[in-house]
Amino acid sequence: MFRTWRQKITLTDILVWVIGLSIAVVVVWGTISTLQSGKYSVESWFDLAVKGLALGGVYALIAMGYTLVYGILRMINFAHSEVFMSGPFTAVFLANALNDSGFLNRYPLLGILAIAILSMAVSMSVAILVERVAYRPLRNAPRLVPLITAIGASFFLQYTFRGFYGSGFEAYPTIEALNGAWQLGTVRLFKTQVVVIIAALLMMLLLYAIVMWSKLGKAMRAVSEDKEAAALMGIDVDGIIVFTFALGGAAAGAGGVLYILQFPVVHFYMGFIPGLKAFTSAVLGGIGNVPGAFLGAIVLGLLESVGPNLFLDGLGIPVASQLKDAIAFIILVFILIFRPSGILGERLTQTKV
Amino acid sequence: MQNKYTDWKQALRSGLLGGIIVVVLSLIGIVAAFENTYVVNQLVSFGEILILGPVAALSLSAIRKATSRQAGFLILTAAISGLASGLVILALAGVGQVINLRAMFLNASEELYAIYAYKQALVPGLLLRLLACIVIGALTAGFTLLPDRIKSALGQGLLYVVFIGLMGRLLTMMLSNWGFVAVLFKWIFTANSLSLVGAIVVFLLTGGLAYWRHGRPKVKRSLEPRKQKVIRWSMLGGVGLILIFLPNILGLWFSEILDNVGLFILMGLGLNIVVGFAGLLDLGYVAFYAIGAYTIGVLTSPELGFFNWTFWQAFPVALLMAFFAGVLLGLPILKMRGDYLAIVTLGFGEIIRILVLSDWLKPWLGGTQGIQRIQRPVIGFGGYARTLESQQELYYLILVGIVIVAFIAIRLRDSRLGRTWMALREDEDVAVAMGINHVTTKLTAFAMGALFSGIGGTLFAAKIGSIYPSSFQFLVSINILSLIIVGGMGSIPGVFVGALALIGLPELLREFAEYRYLFYGAALVAMMLIKPEGLWPEARHRIELHEEETPPPEEEAATATENA
Repeated sequence: MFRTWRQKITLTDILVWVIGLSIAVVVVWGTISTLQSGKYSVESWFDLAVKGLALGGVYALIAMGYTLVYGILRMINFAHSEVFMSGPFTAVFLANALNDSGFLNRYPLLGILAIAILSMAVSMSVAILVERVAYRPLRNAPRLVPLITAIGASFFLQYTFRGFYGSGFEAYPTIEALNGAWQLGTVRLFKTQVVVIIAALLMMLLLYAIVMWSKLGKAMRAVSEDKEAAALMGIDVDGIIVFTFALGGAAAGAGGVLYILQFPVVHFYMGFIPGLKAFTSAVLGGIGNVPGAFLGAIVLGLLESVGPNLFLDGLGIPVASQLKDAIAFIILVFILIFRPSGILGERLTQTKV
Repeated sequence: MQNKYTDWKQALRSGLLGGIIVVVLSLIGIVAAFENTYVVNQLVSFGEILILGPVAALSLSAIRKATSRQAGFLILTAAISGLASGLVILALAGVGQVINLRAMFLNASEELYAIYAYKQALVPGLLLRLLACIVIGALTAGFTLLPDRIKSALGQGLLYVVFIGLMGRLLTMMLSNWGFVAVLFKWIFTANSLSLVGAIVVFLLTGGLAYWRHGRPKVKRSLEPRKQKVIRWSMLGGVGLILIFLPNILGLWFSEILDNVGLFILMGLGLNIVVGFAGLLDLGYVAFYAIGAYTIGVLTSPELGFFNWTFWQAFPVALLMAFFAGVLLGLPILKMRGDYLAIVTLGFGEIIRILVLSDWLKPWLGGTQGIQRIQRPVIGFGGYARTLESQQELYYLILVGIVIVAFIAIRLRDSRLGRTWMALREDEDVAVAMGINHVTTKLTAFAMGALFSGIGGTLFAAKIGSIYPSSFQFLVSINILSLIIVGGMGSIPGVFVGALALIGLPELLREFAEYRYLFYGAALVAMMLIKPEGLWPEARHRIELHEEETPPPEEEAATATENA
């Protein structure tokens, strides 16, 4: 009946909008009542925001893998969460060895660097391996096929690492240099979080520079524009794809080290949730877009850390932080419904046109 | 590639890869886990096959890539490949002697090295292992040089020996109920596996059969349609009779497994509609399963005490809930395609699980403690009422459910709606251009799938009597997806095959259960790479694929040896 009235609006659109609006109302209502109750001080909001930024930095690095691969192959590398897991899960043994010998606390910077290099190397190799075995033979298959192999590869990797290192939890040693916090007036900054934010920022800048200004990055962008034309221009397309996976894998491995600085326990299933959230941030910022992934990750990290307290606490929901994962997924669903191109997606398409 | 590397280098590369595969399998722990799973009693264990299998397979690939077809050259190439594999295996054992790998890899243990060394002293044992690798490589080459007919006979014979050997324990368990057959088979089966005599008998029988059949044209009997119909119905009746008496034949332990397989068949039939017919990859399928189970739980459990309904009162409500959840999830994601859809449905499944787990909804859904004392279904009236409690009784409930659902699924597939689903799957734009309303079509697919999953959930709740959030993990969705893909997307018999292979087998072979998801992941990748249409493909799909290509006969023999 709406078609006669206006061609474009359908019943489903209206229903979707109603659902969206009602959620928006709930969020606004919750925010207002939380702020009115005055349960949290400015300092605790600041704490949560910094925590969110640190989390966002990790998501940003993992999201790079999704976004780069999507940009080139137009497929979601579902196994990327396992690429992320493999690095820190392997490096934990090095970390413990370094800790036992006392090296880690004598030279914390060198120690973390060594851990990071191992983690990045392992994640990179896993990413390249997955590309070689599971994706390359299916380059021209229908879209559903590589997605299914990706899911298969993801599970295979999870349970391979479970077989290697066992199904238990492995704890990272604490690094004394990063313990504690700096006090700035009334607010307090945890050392780990500051280190994580700065490291994530530097690495994102490096990645951006590689993609935008290096010759390989240029080739990468050319391949993502048009594979055949790029091949005709003398670019080794397969090589560039491998490089993309390697770059994404290395970023995930580095993200893994930043992750374990905040949550120092690793296990074989640890990649699943951060992987999903990193994917959400990539979509949120506009998948295929490097600065977009960074922006999306920061927004998601903030929403996830501030959100439960801000939106839900005021509604009288107990232990709202249990629902933080649900918030991330709801954001994902709504972004995909209302703005599938993401925050920065529009600009990307404009420049492409 | 061939121009760059000489054949020797190629052989070395293959061999190294084979060795690495063996090392990885060992480090995952599979080799040691199957150490005592004998295929032929006390002679050949499945663990040994896992070591020599990859070596042989990669030797085969080296032979395939070789440029010359001379017999001596091929044997030498394969032997080199085997040697390389053996050296890699030896290297692991050697490194393991110097460094304690166990600190990192749980399975790099002395037992593993002992298996490598055939339980002998390390040095002579490992040399024996090296020799075995070389010999197996050379044997593979010899195998490829045989005429096709003998090749297929040998391959089939070996394959059946391995398969029946693995199934040996189950077969003896099943047969132990039937006195006279058990006596008959005593000399073929030992307690756990085939005896040497049995292995030879099985090998000769199956190999001989393959030898006899090879090259003969397939006899096509064209009966008149009426006779075909009679045959089909009588076969169905026979299968039905067997199914009815199955729990009594097999006993309690098997009935439990049958129930599990049945539940997964139910849900597989539902997901098959969504993924197989309509081509919408739904990774949050477990959500509807959870909704069905939790609705039953909330409505019937006296522990929560809201409603205290009986199972059958709650049943339609649960189905409605699942159905509407399907519509509700379907609505917003109609516009999405492929991979986005997969991720969003996955997110939806996780949202449901997080909500169920949360303290917020704990008063209603029980939080981590779940819901206990769910009412069992009661069948019959008044004095004849009977509560279905044992696994054997519930089997019949599940069986009835499967029959109904399978009937609906078959009718849907052949209906106009089913054809629009498939049209949408093949090409959405074209389908819409042809006048198919993609909104209602997709929504019905989602809702039907959700409904079937909801039925599965209610029966699951009835079966175990208490539900916990941990039963509704993402892994369940992956289980169902895997069984559909292994069976053949869009194929209804494929769901049965897939469920029996992926749910039944790991339950039956306990050693497999540990590596179940590893196997699922590998199966998903391997199916997509090798046989994307599945084990029992949909008729139309099969025709399509056979038009394009007919696999060469060597291929079959090759896969046979790879498996053996």
